[in-house]
Amino acid sequence: MAVNYGSKRIVVGAHYGLRDWLAQRVTAALMAVFTLILLAHLILSKGPIGYDLWAGIFTTQWMKALTFVIIVALLYHVWVGMRDIWMDYIKPVGTRLTLQVFSIIWLVGCAGWSIQVLWRV
Amino acid sequence: MSSTLPPSRPKRPEFRNINALTDLPSYRLPVAGIVSILHRVSGALMFLLMPFIIWMFDTSISSEISFAKFSSAFTVGLGFVPGWFMKLIALALIWAFLHHLIAGLRHLWMDMRHAVSKEFGKSSAIFTLTLSVGLTLVLGAKLFGLY
Repeated sequence: MAVNYGSKRIVVGAHYGLRDWLAQRVTAALMAVFTLILLAHLILSKGPIGYDLWAGIFTTQWMKALTFVIIVALLYHVWVGMRDIWMDYIKPVGTRLTLQVFSIIWLVGCAGWSIQVLWRV
Repeated sequence: MSSTLPPSRPKRPEFRNINALTDLPSYRLPVAGIVSILHRVSGALMFLLMPFIIWMFDTSISSEISFAKFSSAFTVGLGFVPGWFMKLIALALIWAFLHHLIAGLRHLWMDMRHAVSKEFGKSSAIFTLTLSVGLTLVLGAKLFGLY
């Protein structure tokens, strides 16, 4: 194992943000593919787009599972993005922490609501 | 540090505490910089409007009755909010999504082919802005019933 003490100690604990950087790109790619799937559903359909067609997209269990994954991906993606914004523009530690906590509450609340809606269909 | 410098040397200008109102309007951003800041603005906008997005998902999908309520929100309005204003918010979200998506794909493209030139940065930024604004106009015209 590499030496991680004394003068060789890694002085940052955040992995230089590589994990979040990668996660943001992976989740972005997932959401882009999901957008294509939704678009395909709507474009390849026949007739006017009404309630039956729209709600029908989300009735199958695999589509529910996929949408659930996308909601979680979105949650993480937005967290990384909003944290970047707060870290760049908000310097006072207390205000930044407050905004970060607000972001988490906002996102987890939104995720819970959307998951509930998803399984209501 | 500065005491070691010869006294004749002019003091280097330092820009701190940028004032959003007096300094930012005179900032001359390159077109890639405009795409970059709009990526943030569009992301933050979607973050703030997330409850509205989920409200649309909720009402449009829960039942036929709620679907009718969803549709009428954009024609007759919702509560004290007129329908055209709801459409305007939807249009802002359409722009935000398109810009964020296209600028994000540009990022992914640049990350994958990590030899990126200054020229490509500029041309792809112009492409991003043109496509996102163009598609927003096309979809906006549809939203407001121009065709």
